[in-house]
Order: sequence, then C-alpha cells, then structure tokens
Amino acid sequence: MKNIYKIIACFVAVGLVSCDPEFENSVEDQGFYDAGDANFTNYVAVGNSLTAGFADSALYITGQEDSYPNIMAEQFSFVGGGEFTQPLMADNLGGLLFNGQQIAQNRFVLAVDAQGNLGPAILEGTPTTEVTTSATGPFNNMGVPGAKSFHLTASGYGNEAGILTGQANPYYARFATGPNANVIEDAASLNPTFFSLWIGNNDILSYATTGGSGVDQTGNLDPTMYGPNDITDPNVFASVYSQQVDALSAGASGGVLINIPDVTSIPFFTTVPAQSVPLDAATAAAVNAQFAQYNSQVLPGLVQLGVITQEEADARMINFQAGINFPIIMDDDLTDVSELLQGPPLNLPADIANLLGQLRQANNNDLVVLTASSVIGTTPDPSNPLGVVGVSIPLEDSLVLTAVEQERVATATASYNATIEALATANGLAYVDARTALAQVAATGVPYNGGLLTSEFVTGGAFSLDGVHPTPRGYAYTANIIINAINETYGASIPTVDIGNFGTVTAANGI
Amino acid sequence: MKKILLFAVLTMATAIMYAGGYRVSLQGNKSLAMGHTGVGVVSSESLFFNPAGMVLSGDKFSVSIGGFGVFSNVAYQNETTGASARTDSPVGTPVYAYISYKATDWLALGLGVYTPYGSTVEYEDDWAGSHLVNNIDLQAIFIQPTVSIKLHDYFSIGGGPIFVSGSVNFNRNLSRTLTDINGNRSEVTIDADGVTATGWTAGLMFSPSEKLNIGFNYRSEIILEADEGTADFENIPNSPLTPFADTNITAELPLPAELTVGLSYKFCDKWMFNFDFNRAFWDVYESLDIDFEDPNIPDSFNARNYKNSSTYRFGLQYEATEMFTLRAGYYFDESPVRDGFFAPETPRNDSNGYTAGLTFNVSDRFQIDASFLYLHFNEVDASYDAYTEDGVAAPFRGTYKSNAFSPGLGLTYKM
Repeated sequence: MKNIYKIIACFVAVGLVSCDPEFENSVEDQGFYDAGDANFTNYVAVGNSLTAGFADSALYITGQEDSYPNIMAEQFSFVGGGEFTQPLMADNLGGLLFNGQQIAQNRFVLAVDAQGNLGPAILEGTPTTEVTTSATGPFNNMGVPGAKSFHLTASGYGNEAGILTGQANPYYARFATGPNANVIEDAASLNPTFFSLWIGNNDILSYATTGGSGVDQTGNLDPTMYGPNDITDPNVFASVYSQQVDALSAGASGGVLINIPDVTSIPFFTTVPAQSVPLDAATAAAVNAQFAQYNSQVLPGLVQLGVITQEEADARMINFQAGINFPIIMDDDLTDVSELLQGPPLNLPADIANLLGQLRQANNNDLVVLTASSVIGTTPDPSNPLGVVGVSIPLEDSLVLTAVEQERVATATASYNATIEALATANGLAYVDARTALAQVAATGVPYNGGLLTSEFVTGGAFSLDGVHPTPRGYAYTANIIINAINETYGASIPTVDIGNFGTVTAANGI
Repeated sequence: MKKILLFAVLTMATAIMYAGGYRVSLQGNKSLAMGHTGVGVVSSESLFFNPAGMVLSGDKFSVSIGGFGVFSNVAYQNETTGASARTDSPVGTPVYAYISYKATDWLALGLGVYTPYGSTVEYEDDWAGSHLVNNIDLQAIFIQPTVSIKLHDYFSIGGGPIFVSGSVNFNRNLSRTLTDINGNRSEVTIDADGVTATGWTAGLMFSPSEKLNIGFNYRSEIILEADEGTADFENIPNSPLTPFADTNITAELPLPAELTVGLSYKFCDKWMFNFDFNRAFWDVYESLDIDFEDPNIPDSFNARNYKNSSTYRFGLQYEATEMFTLRAGYYFDESPVRDGFFAPETPRNDSNGYTAGLTFNVSDRFQIDASFLYLHFNEVDASYDAYTEDGVAAPFRGTYKSNAFSPGLGLTYKM
C-alpha cells in the first residue's frame, strides 16, 4: 500500500522532482543494525601505535584514516555511533619536527631503484608536523605511538620538556591536555560510552625488535628504572592495566580489550631466514681453518677449566660448509670469555678475544630481524675484503632474537594476555584474541573477497613496510575481528568491512 | 556527413537512461503511451516502429517531433558492510523527429532522427563499486532515410539505411585500493566521440482487413568502433610499478539487432488494441574491452555476457472525442543481464513499464502528443563476479533498487 501512495505521489510530482527508489529495508534506517546492550555514542580508543594507525614506520594522515578505531567508528555509525576525531598529522610524509628539528623519520614507500630492485625506501621530503603546535582536541583516538602499558598512567608523558630526554612522547605531546596530564585521565575525561584498549605490545616489542638488547625486568616493580628496550614486569603490567580498565569503564556501557600477538607472527622476524650466508667449498674451508684452533683447543680448554659446559661448547662450535650457512652471531646470553681469553694460558690479543667472547653460529631457533638483511654478507671495511658480516664479523646482538630471548618475550606475553583476558571476563567486556587471529594470518593466511591475507613481507597484504605495523588492509582485518567480538559480547549486529577495499603498501619513487 | 552528425550530437544533448541494457525505448509519444507498441500501427511514428506502415497513412505529409525527460534512479546497498550509494544521474532527454511524405498512393519517403541508445549513470565518486564505474555517459544519434512501398492492398514493405554517430565517456577507479601518496583514488576516464557506424532497418506489414494490421520489423546490429578514443589517468602513484600514462584507446560497443512482430486490432469503432513482441539480440555484447595503445598499460577486459532478451508490449487506444485520443499500455521487459554479470553501469533487472498518454487534436493539422512512463524494478540481490585483481575474482555484490519516470511531449503536423 505504501508503494501505491508513493507511485501516486510520484505521478503528481512528475517532471519536477525525481522520486528516489526505496529499499524495503534500508541499511540507512535506524534499527537495521543493532547496538545490542552497548552505547556507541562516544567511542574512545586507547592504545599505542597500532591504535594510532601507525604504518610504514611513521604516522601519517592516510594511515590514520585507516586506523582500526576509525574503521570501527565508521561502522559504529550504523548503530548510533557519533563523530570520531583523531589527532591527524599535517601530511602524508609522516616525520615529526620538534622546534624545527626532525626527530622522527618519514614513512617507508615501496620504491624501485635504478637496478630495478623493489624494496622499502624512506619517502623524501621535509615533514610539516610540528610537535609544539598542539593539535586541537579532544580526540576520540588516544593512540600514542611508542607507549608502553605504564606510560598511559605516567603524568608528564606528554610534556614537551621531556621529549629530547626520552621522558615524554612527542605524539602525546601534540594533544596532551597539559604538561602533567596522562593518557588515561585525558581519555576518561572524554566520558566514553564505549572504549577499546590495546596496550602492552611495546612492553615486549622493543625488546624483541632490538634483538633482546634490553633487559627482562621481570621482578623489578619500578618501571621508572626501565630502559626503553626492556621487558615490563608482568605484575607492573597487571597493576597499571587494571587501573586503566577501571578508569575507562567507569562511565561506559561497555568496552573491548585486545591481547598481545606473538612476535613470531610478524614479518619483521620471519622475513630474513636464519640460514642466509652462501659460501663455496674453498671459502668455507678457509674460514673453518681460521676457527680450527677455537673449535679444537679454546672451547675444550674452557670446558676443562669449568668456565662453560660441554653443551655451551657444542653450541659455540663454528663450522661452515659449501652452500647456505648460518651466520656467526654475538649472543649476550653466552658466557662472556673475552677477559679470560686474554689471560694465560692463551694470551689472545684483545681483538680476537673480543670476537670470540660471546660468539656462536646462528641456528634455526634464532630469529634474524628484518633490518639485518642489509647487513649480512657486507664488508663494512672496504680495505678488508675478508671482513664479511656473518662469516668473519658476527651479527650484532641487536639483529638476532635468540631462542632464550624469545622465551622471555613469550613468557611475558602469556602473562600479560592472561591478565587481559581475566580483566575482560571480570568486567564483562569484550575480549579479542588478536594473538590467535594474527597467528592464523601468518600460518595459513586469511581468505577475503579477492585474495588471501598473509604476513608475507611486502606482498602478503597484512603488514606495512616496517614489517611490524599492519597495512590499512591489516587494520581493517583487525577492526573486523574486534567488531565480531563486540557483536558477540553485547548482542550487537554491527556490519564488518570488506577488507579487499583497503589498500596495502604504497608504491612511490621519490616525490 | 560526420560533421553534421557531430553537430547534431552536440546540440541535442541526448543524455539518456536505460531500458534493456543501454537501449532506451522512447521513440514516440503516441507509441510510448501504448506500451511502446507500434509495429502493427499506422501512425506518424511508423518510420521508426515499422517503415512499411508509412505508406498506409492517410496523410500526404506528416512531421512528428518530440522528446522525453527521463528521471532514473538507482540505489545500492550491501547489508554485510553497510555500504550504500545512490545515483545522481542528470535528466535524460531522448528526442525524435520523423518526416514522411507520401509521393504517390504506393510510395512514401521519409527521414527520421532519433536516439534509441544511451545511458547516463552517475554514482558518487569513490562509492563502493567505483572500481567498476563512477559515471558513464553513452549517447548515440540515429539518422534514417526511409522508403515505404505498398506492393498490394494487403501488403507493404519499408526500410532504409541507418547512420549512427555516438560518443561515450566513462570513468572508473583503477582498482578497489590504488591511490596516490595522498590517498586520492587512481582513476581513468575513457572518452570517445564522433564514432560513426551504419546499419539498416526493414519492415513488412499485412493488412488483411480494415481492422487488423500485422507487422514485422528488423533492425540490424550496429557496432560502434571507437578508434580515436583517449584514456586520461588521474591520481596515479609516481612509480614504475604503476605505469599509467595518458594514451589513446580503441574499443567496441555493440548496439544489438532487434526483431519485432506484432499486431494492431481495431474494435468497437473507437478502440484499438496493440501487441508487440521484441527480441533484442544482446548476445553480441560479450565483453567491454578497452585496448590501450601504450604497451605498458594492460588492456581492460570486462565480461558482460549478455543474453538475448524479449519484451512483451500491450497497448490500448480510445478515440474519446474529436479532440482527444486516450492511450494506455503495459510492457514487461526482460533484462539481458545474466546472474553474476550485474554491472552497476547498466544496473538492469526485469522491469514492468506502465504507460499512459493522450493526443490533443488542436486542429485538423496540429496534434499535441503527451505520454508518461513509470518503469518499475523489483529490488534485486545481484553480483558482478567477473572483476578480478591479480587474477583472483573479487565479486561485487549488493542489493539494487531502480526506478524511472519519463514524461514526454510531442507535436505532430500533418496535411
């Protein structure tokens, strides 16, 4: 009957206006999708670089527009979600200026060099985002690149005065409400009706990406003592995380907590194989000859002296063969014997002793970081063609995440995740197992309309050119799994996005 | 000739909608009012509907001109993602002009100009299906010299060559995701105008009695071959990986052959009933392929796989008074689009057309013809499955709801 009237009305209106076709059930009608028990009027997202939309080693406008909170907020608009504001950068270059000095590099783009090789390159140009020029807030997206769990509750984390000393964060300084503000208080002051919290990644990630060059601070409950690349004590994490959940849920109808993925799911650690040094038979034999005395006399001698175990001696044997070899590496979890080797009876010169001090060959349990690819096999001293990284010069500790170091990361991650899940359950919040979701991307890939999302570097579609942060498509996938968890927990029916409509890496030469 | 045709195209601005693919069945106000029937009708519009009928007219000379305003709308939505879009297409204005002159009892000559093909669909830029089309404007003008001969009391024939000039302007995004460094979607505009082609039409009419005419008309297939088109690429990333530079293109667009059979029957003195059956041979439209002259740019293949389709038309005419003739009609128009090939640039499912109209006899010589069409489409869940990225199919799905209104006005002068 409705249609009949419409048709009659259209006849009346002939030639003057056009009558829009109407769906029986329009997605634009209120009530087509259901918010369930949650209220999305004022959604606030709290977290680190992932929440900010960081990608390609930088924060830039188009990346922010495809941040997972922004994608979610657009979908929330179907169930009463309001405006979602973000502290947008000034450009798509991504770098940061602090009082005119560049303090963060521009983004990576996929470039083709003169030889036709394809790879990440830093986009040229002078960035225009000045940290001291505050972005006008408040902002629904409170993602702060680089933030660890305890930073969110640290007053002064947005104080410009602390930026150059590392006490404060330049991204937060752009929109902190004052020099003594902290992220959680700023977020809570927005009175979110719904929130998301994804924090803790950096509490293990900076340790991992620097090849375990920091310290596992488990047992140290004072985070002000931590270095930038340390692993946060799980009790510290649990304590601050719990405060944050309390602060954000205080007036909210609901929220969602997201756990910490494994570092082994990201291409930063899975792209460069541990076994990566090609040698022919003659070179292998020549190098082995150099290490003959080390293998046959030094190591057994150290065992005899009781300095190292036979097991460690076996692990420290150097043996190259014709074919692809494991590089030699510096492993700071080995017993440091450099002092000992300089004394009697061996009396080795200092440079040899230091080389052998914590030396071993890599093995399949080691993860070599992405940035090592530009180092392995090079000769840093052009006057010494025999000085080859991985063969006669060990890979630095910061380029290899050893099995022992991985274990520290995994232990801390498991503990953080147990905390996150328990707090989600205790507070009736949605819980997102991002760890499992990302492991699936890495293991089998996730099919979507038009392809398969994998964590293959550059081509897989999920990860941007820094090998750590997602692409827009990766963020869209993240948004979908979060939306699914929200729908399940709150009985909502928020539509998901087609991740095939979101881009991956950006090709550009220069500009 | 080409210049004349071009001039005509530019001045008449025939931007039109659809009807069976990109066919626009609006070639006369009298006929449209009767469900666009006419193959068995003798009228001032016979030149188009069946040239064999021209010679049967009682008038020595007639001119019929007219046009339509086409208000067409398409709405799209996808319930999985919440994406939605509405076209904001400009008003289409198909026109026609038919002149016929009856030289002798058995011979009539005529000239017709009309616009039976066209499509103007404008979506919002960068909408969910923008990798398939942002907007398209297809226009074609037909010029048809015509001869009509009465061979026998019961039997006449007619026909003539058709000269076509067409143009097309088409814009879409290059893919679902490609952008320049600032996030502007990479897009291409294909433009070709002054494309000429020729074809022909022929008809027969049997008139076994005063009351009954049986007609048959065939219109040939015409392939518009654009040899001098251009492709204009915008927002292309500065990278050897995306070597999209402006270039020339060649492409083909088929205008399918059409067969119509039907009849008109006069009854109860003042009444006439018409039935037309159209068969459009759309299977010629297999693919819309664009060949880029620049060898670095991969050619674009867009499967269409249209099927032949039929239209069933019914019309009624009532000569109410000396001054007024009233008409009404209905037609059912089958879509030539197959499942899985529902491309949003011609979003066509089966439709029902409801028509009405009248002729006002101002004097013995002057008539004003008016008509109205409401074209109703059911809501349809459809997809275009032939789109691929990196060799993987990425179907574009959704629900479509279309409609169209078309009021028309014409003048006829006869003597």
